[in-house]
Amino acid sequence: MTVPSPQADQAGRPPLLDIRDLRTHFDTPDGTVRSVDGVSYRLEARETLGIVGESGCGKSVTALSVLRLLPTPPARFAGGEIRFQGTDLLGLSEREMRRIRGNRISMIFQEPMTSLNPVLTVGRQIAEAVTLHQKIGRRQAWQRAVEMLRLVQIADPERRAGEYPHQMSGGMRQRVMIALALACHPDLLIADEPTTALDVTIQAQILELLRDLQAKLGMGIVMITHDLGVVAECCDRVVVMYAGRKVEEASVADLFERPLHPYTRALMASMPSLQGRGGRLAEIPGMVPAPQELGTGCAFAPRCPLATERCRRETPDFTGAATGHGVACFEAAPARHQPVVLHRHAGARP
Amino acid sequence: MIPPMIAPTSPQAEPQPNPRRTATPSAPPLLEVSDLTKHFLVGGKAGRGRAGGVKAVDGVSFALDRGETLSLVGESGCGKTTTGKSVLRLIEPTAGSVRLEGEELLGLAPSRMRSHRRDMQIIFQDPYASLNPRLSAAEIVAEPMRNFADPAWRGPGALRDRLAWLFAKVGLRPEAMAKLPGEFSGGQRQRLGIARALALKPKLIVCDEPVSALDVSVQAQVVNLLMDLQAEFGLSYLFVAHDLAVVRHISHRVAVMYLGRIVEIAECERLFTDPQHPYTRMLLSAAPIPAPGARTTRVLPIGDPPSALNPPAGCRFHPRCPMARPICRETAPPLIPHGSATGGAHRVACHLVS
Ligand SMILES: Nc1ncnc2c1ncn2[C@@H]1O[C@H](COP(=O)(O)OP(=O)(O)O)[C@@H](O)[C@H]1O
Ligand SMILES: Nc1ncnc2c1ncn2[C@@H]1O[C@H](COP(=O)(O)OP(=O)(O)O)[C@@H](O)[C@H]1O
Ligand code: SF4
Ligand SMILES: [Mg+2]
Ligand SMILES: [Mg+2]
Repeated sequence: MTVPSPQADQAGRPPLLDIRDLRTHFDTPDGTVRSVDGVSYRLEARETLGIVGESGCGKSVTALSVLRLLPTPPARFAGGEIRFQGTDLLGLSEREMRRIRGNRISMIFQEPMTSLNPVLTVGRQIAEAVTLHQKIGRRQAWQRAVEMLRLVQIADPERRAGEYPHQMSGGMRQRVMIALALACHPDLLIADEPTTALDVTIQAQILELLRDLQAKLGMGIVMITHDLGVVAECCDRVVVMYAGRKVEEASVADLFERPLHPYTRALMASMPSLQGRGGRLAEIPGMVPAPQELGTGCAFAPRCPLATERCRRETPDFTGAATGHGVACFEAAPARHQPVVLHRHAGARP
Repeated sequence: MIPPMIAPTSPQAEPQPNPRRTATPSAPPLLEVSDLTKHFLVGGKAGRGRAGGVKAVDGVSFALDRGETLSLVGESGCGKTTTGKSVLRLIEPTAGSVRLEGEELLGLAPSRMRSHRRDMQIIFQDPYASLNPRLSAAEIVAEPMRNFADPAWRGPGALRDRLAWLFAKVGLRPEAMAKLPGEFSGGQRQRLGIARALALKPKLIVCDEPVSALDVSVQAQVVNLLMDLQAEFGLSYLFVAHDLAVVRHISHRVAVMYLGRIVEIAECERLFTDPQHPYTRMLLSAAPIPAPGARTTRVLPIGDPPSALNPPAGCRFHPRCPMARPICRETAPPLIPHGSATGGAHRVACHLVS
């Protein structure tokens, strides 16, 4: 179990990524959409943090905020900080941001074709990404591209470097995108549903690859997914989001053993298990609210079996963070009564 | 489930015992598919000169009983959708046989085929693509009923009653009838697609990834709905999903496809607990388990599936199979019964499995 890091670790280093109370809103003709409304999470090097939640809960908007990839307007940072190795990214100029993007922080997406250029060979794209950030010659850059393709376990990388994305299978393109993202050895990799569009066999290969690469290169990974199976298999800690807010955070083992938030519990109960043909699945009544429909109170209250008058009136604070297992719910069993294990996350996953 | 607002009017609406358990052994199965083959002719350099083109489905056989769910699983491109659409003759199979209640559908003249069309419906992963965006939800569900006469919906009053009943059956509010598909959420759209599929009182519904695009909580609602409808109406489902947990939950039997062929077929529990084909084992071991530490080792197939344009000779899985022997490269293994306990219900196509 991980205790949330203090401001800085023993060596005095600030956390790799430290998002504090981020609020990313969109100004639309129909009013303000509070897509991300008070999200905090923190990540260390070599750690994998899972972000789960149903579509529209703000996972991608949070990630795109870190890379400042959202056009402003319509997006607007209405509050909070995003500290990367101590620097507040929201305070940087676009020029400074460009030196970080693709270099120290990289992102991979569900659909590789959105980040690959269809008219350039994959080798050339990786080489260009390298020369953009590092002073190396074209030959060396090409060498690096081939090396990266080999690193992501693409067979015959010399030949493959000369191919175009459309000549490759979906799984292979995802490997190329990972090679591209990691070409400059970033400290932080944000993976936004990297395997959602892939077959389970290819998903398993890609997740294994990311694990190997993390062990080799030491980057921190933010793994955005809607799949609790993916979280269970490759994350150290996990943040559960609902309607633009963090509703629970815990080590992966804790979350699965003792989910506290009614939403997390409902989510787990609604999954068919691989354990056998069942009767009815537990349903969560209704559906995720659109951000523009959010009123006062806990956003989950209309669907929550435990909701009280208070839940409909007040927004619950996120409590219990100091125990390593926090929750934003008035009715959840309080995490502070649980035993606290006091050791810091020790690098790579056991 | 929302109770129906209007008393069921159609004869089909009477709750029936699951016919799967009661059908007489001599009656033909609802659906019997043998040696189904669909080769797509493809243009361009890649396809030219290749006999047969893309062998999307290449000799698939299975039977489906009343009230039964048979799932097709396998990596994308293995031919699941093509199989489903061929059964319905939404695409014309190249060869083989599809029998519905004993009657051969392939080669049937359009006029004769028409009467069978209403027995077989399909729902898709993204119902949006198959719903006319300019028609109201009520029109969308009414449309098939206007094309097929039936006493259950003859006359505007009866049609209106049946629409109300269908909307209630799938858990849509009456207000939803006036809405356009674009105003629905993904889960509601899938309910609408199900209502339309149910309208003609079908016997078989091909469900092609009906829950794959839905969030977990909404997925549970739709899975429950499909199972409720099956229990109530004795529907048969040919079900395609890539989420193996959903497949295990919903299926009676499962067929694993690889490059246009069934490599293993068995009763659901048996397939998941005692898989025999190396590909099935790998597919199952690849699925992530939502329990930390549950999966310790995993054997995965090597690389990506090859193209159906030019499938490998012999066993099509051999280039990715860690157990392949020389014979695997030469001879295609037949799909034959495995074990004596299953009475031939468990079939496997692998040279190393007897
Ligand atoms: N450009 C935009 N304008 C208005 N709303 C937006 C915009 N981009 C995203 N949103 C809204 O923000 C919410 C969060 O979206 P997102 O972060 O993409 O969710 P997810 O958790 O599925 O990644 C959604 O409700 C979405 O509709
Ligand atoms: N209309 C078509 N023309 C040519 N090839 C097709 C066509 N439809 C499907 N295919 C090919 O047939 C194979 C099987 O496709 P499909 O049935 O869609 O697989 P699945 O549903 O299992 O993903 C694939 O190789 C696919 O590319
Ligand atoms: S027949 Fe041979 S190649 Fe095919 S699955 Fe069995 S062992 Fe592997
Ligand atoms: Mg997203
Ligand atoms: Mg398909």
